[in-house]
Order: sequence, then structure tokens, then C-alpha cells
Amino acid sequence: MSLESLAITNRVPQKTLSLSRPAKITLLLSLFVALTIFAFMTVDVKGNWDFVIPFRGTKIAAMALVGYAIAVSTVLFQTITNNRILTPSVMGFDAMYVLIQTALVFLLGTQRMMALSPQLRFVIEVVLMVSFAALLYRWLFGGPRRSLHLLVLCGLIFGVLFRSLASFMQRIIDPNEFAVLQDMLFASFNSFDRDLLVVSVVLVFAASAVAWRIRHTFDVLTLGRETAISLGVDYRRVVSIILAVIAILVSVSTALVGPVTFFGLLVANMAYQLTDTYKHRWNLPCAAALSLLFLIGGQMVVERVFSFNTSLSIIVEFLGGLMFIILLVRGVASR
Amino acid sequence: MIDVKGVTKAYDQKIVVNNVCLQLPVGGVTSIIGPNGAGKSTLLSMISRLLPMDAGTVTVDGLDVTKTPSDVLARRLSILRQDNHLGSRLTVRDLVTFGRYPYSKGRPTAEDMEHVRKALDYLNLEDLADRFLDELSGGQRQRAFVAMVLCQDTDYVLLDEPLNNLDLKHAVAMMKLLRRTADQLGKTVVLVLHDINFASCYSDYIVAMKHGQVAYQGTPEEIMRPEIMRHLYEVDVTVQNVNGQHIALYYA
Repeated sequence: MSLESLAITNRVPQKTLSLSRPAKITLLLSLFVALTIFAFMTVDVKGNWDFVIPFRGTKIAAMALVGYAIAVSTVLFQTITNNRILTPSVMGFDAMYVLIQTALVFLLGTQRMMALSPQLRFVIEVVLMVSFAALLYRWLFGGPRRSLHLLVLCGLIFGVLFRSLASFMQRIIDPNEFAVLQDMLFASFNSFDRDLLVVSVVLVFAASAVAWRIRHTFDVLTLGRETAISLGVDYRRVVSIILAVIAILVSVSTALVGPVTFFGLLVANMAYQLTDTYKHRWNLPCAAALSLLFLIGGQMVVERVFSFNTSLSIIVEFLGGLMFIILLVRGVASR
Repeated sequence: MIDVKGVTKAYDQKIVVNNVCLQLPVGGVTSIIGPNGAGKSTLLSMISRLLPMDAGTVTVDGLDVTKTPSDVLARRLSILRQDNHLGSRLTVRDLVTFGRYPYSKGRPTAEDMEHVRKALDYLNLEDLADRFLDELSGGQRQRAFVAMVLCQDTDYVLLDEPLNNLDLKHAVAMMKLLRRTADQLGKTVVLVLHDINFASCYSDYIVAMKHGQVAYQGTPEEIMRPEIMRHLYEVDVTVQNVNGQHIALYYA
């Protein structure tokens, strides 16, 4: 089944019982994801399977969780903001999470922070993140539509503000405390925080369950605030819920592997291109599958081909950044 | 009946809609006219709960629009704004199907699809049903949006400047359609219009606004008078009776 044959069946609508194009794409991508996971688990195994399986398994679990969180949060964010250029990270969500982590260490001190279990600490951070994000971003997105340029500018300024505040606090705390904090902040795809994996799974499940209950509003939201209200969506409530879900997902991905700015943009826009539909039923799984494919496949390439000489986030950010510029230029040109 | 009581809206210190009291009759076509900045669109947005009001209440058949759940109201009243920008590619049929959302919650039944078919038929859109909206002309797109609003099957249909960006042919067709909607389907159509002659020829009732307040209201015959037009628009206007229609002349 090649992509060309998919394109042809799409052009000539058939009355026979055949899958629609988005369904085929999603199926195909899931198949690729399964293959990649299988390859990641089995390629180049030297030594004891009892070690390899849990070791690589947790790695895959973390990457899958992060990939899913980034893809879903980006697609939902683009739905409520009604454009395909903004992402939670462009709007400073992950900078906000780093700021919350830093502020907690700054205000409470590492002594008290360390007395808490990492899981409990993480949950506290997520709760703070959800409340702040809901407050701040609801003000920005809950009301009448604002111009895209204003939003991008706001996002950049939020991002810089949060990062500056965080680095200011990091500079004036005790060096020992800074070392502890740095340990928390220095997550990457190679050294993610294993302690947080289980609680992350729980949080992502909870957020997904909440989103699942209001899934029927997603498609309507793509029509814009006013049409959505006219069609009976309780706009403020739904947008607040979605922002909370996004805040949880971003916290999870940032806590596990650190900020990833442009990756979400890349997978979300590729998913829209591939499915060519507004339906979240296809866009969400397709974006998540692409995300998993890139992260797991990319990690494998980084480990096996570049033998850890480069980092996955650099490659991913490079491609995502290119996508951002292309979209921005194209968006400006079409206006 | 739409009952507007003491509705006020201010941006910073500037009052856009000032203590408006208005009762819009059930059935027929009601036009809201007035110069730029008179608060017509703002009033319509508040009636349709798109914009919160600073003071006053609006009730639709006794339901307070700010307190009634949005999905209950969506089965009574629909609103079409002037610029409808879409973030994603939709076909005409997709868009019109969204009109059934208040009933189907995203899972249209056979009955919903029958409504969609009727709405497409009513607006002569069957041939365009599977075209993408961004491939259509302004007039066709406007018709698709009106089809969505009709598919919502509400007693009240509110439209904010539906003739914007339409040429003469499409503007006339749109007004005829709205007239037909009111007469045949028994809907209450309320629209904001800039062209006073369209308002005069196609409305049963005209509400004229100036400086955020209702300056005049009445039948076209009562409103289309030179002194009223002069006061509203601050230009010299003569009104002629052409084939029983009151036509305002203000070009010279």
C-alpha cells in the first residue's frame, strides 16, 4: 500500500466498503510505530534479555508518553487558538513549568523539597502549573479573538519573562541548592527522570480521560469562538478545561525530558497535511503516532548511527524550527 | 420574543451601547440600521451572548441569554457574524453539518443528515456540497454559512451584515432568501444592514440606532422619511416612492 494509491482512492470516492484516507494513514502510521518499537527493543542486543527488556522498555515508555503528550497538547492548543503556528511551547508553557520548579526550590529550599517524595513534588508542581496556566492563558484565549501577531509576541515575551525570572532565582540561591535544582532541570531523552514515570502515566491518563469526555467539542472549536458559541459550546468552560489538560501534558513532558520547543509544531502540522481533514478523531491519533515514530526512531538513529554523538532534541528542534519558519512565511504570504 | 432591557456596553470609558430597551417582534424580518459606530453589531453580539454586557438583560422567549446554558439557547437562536475565518479546510457539507451540532453533539443521525440535505437544497448548494470552502467565491461561501445557520433550525436567526462583500446580484438573492425564510419557514430574522434601501424593501420592521441608542423604530414607511434619515446619517436625503417602495436618494 503506497501513498500514491492512497491519493488515488481519495480522488475517486468509492462506494465499496473501503477505509477513508485518514483512517488508512492512521493505520499505516500505527503499523510503523509498532515496527519501530519492535526494532528499538531488539536491534543490536548484546547480553542479558532480563536487563535489556526493562531498560529499553522504560525508555520507550518515557518516549511514548512524552511523544503523546507533546502531540496531543499541541493539536488541542492549535484548536483552541484557531491557528496552526502557535504551540504551547511557543506561548511559554514549558518556560512556566521551569519557573515553577525553580520558584519552589527558591521559596522552600532544597531541604524541604527533598523531604517530599519526587512524585509528590511533581504533583504539587503540576497543580501549580495548571492553576497558573488556566489563569494566565484563559485571559489571553478565553475572550474575543486577538491578532496572531499579538499572540506570538505575548508568547515570546512570556517565555523570556519566565526564563529570566527562573535564571534570576537560580543565580541568587545557594550553590548547593542550585546543584540539586540543576539535577532536576537537566532532563533529556537519554537521562529522563525514572521516578516520575509512573505518576506521569497516571496524570496523562487522567488528562486524557477529561479530554475524552469533551471530545465532541474539538471539531466545533475549529470554527472559531463565535461560531462555537452560536452552536451551543460553553466556550469559557471548555477552553479552561482544555487549557488545564494542556498544562498537565506539558508539565509531564517537560518534567521527563525538558523543554522541546518546535517538535509539537512539526508533528501536528504533518498530521494535518497527511489526514487533510479537520476531524480530531484522525488528527489526534495521527499526530501522536508521528510523534512516537520520530522520537523512538530518532533515538534509535542517535544511539546506533551517531553513537550518542548528537542529541535527539537538536535534530528534532532543527526540523521543527524549519517548519515554524516555513509556516510563518507561508501564512504571511497567503494573507 | 427578544426582549432587551437597559443593555449597556462600554469599552474603557467609551459607551458603545447606552441603556437600550427594545422588543423585537416575533416573525418577519427586522433590520437594524444606523451610521458606523452606532452600536448595531455590538447590540446584536450581546443579544446572541457572544459579548458580555455591562448592564441590563436580554431574554429570548423568557430565557435570559447570559444565564441559560449555551446549548439550550443554541436550539432557539443562531447568529452569523460578518467575517468567518476558518482555521481548517472544510467542505460545504461539513460546515452545514455543524449546524446540527446543538442536536447531534457531533454524531449526526439520519434525521440530522436530512436537515443538512434540506438546507443545501434550500440554498441551491447541492452541486457545491463536496467542494472545499476556500475554493468558493465570497457569495457562495456566504450562502454556505447561511445554510449552516438554517440547518441549526432555530426560531430566531440573527445576521450581522450578511450583505458584506456581496455584489448586487448576490445581495438581492440573499435578501430574497431571508425574506423567504421568514415567510415560508416562519422564522424571526434579525439583521444588521448598512444599505437602507435593502432594509426598506425587505423588512417588516426597522430599528434605527445612533450613538449607542435606539433613535427610531417602526415599519419601513414610518422610518424612511427625509427628516429621520437626515438626523441619522447627517446628510441630505430625499425619499421617493418607487413602485410602492420607499427609496432613499442620498447620492447628490
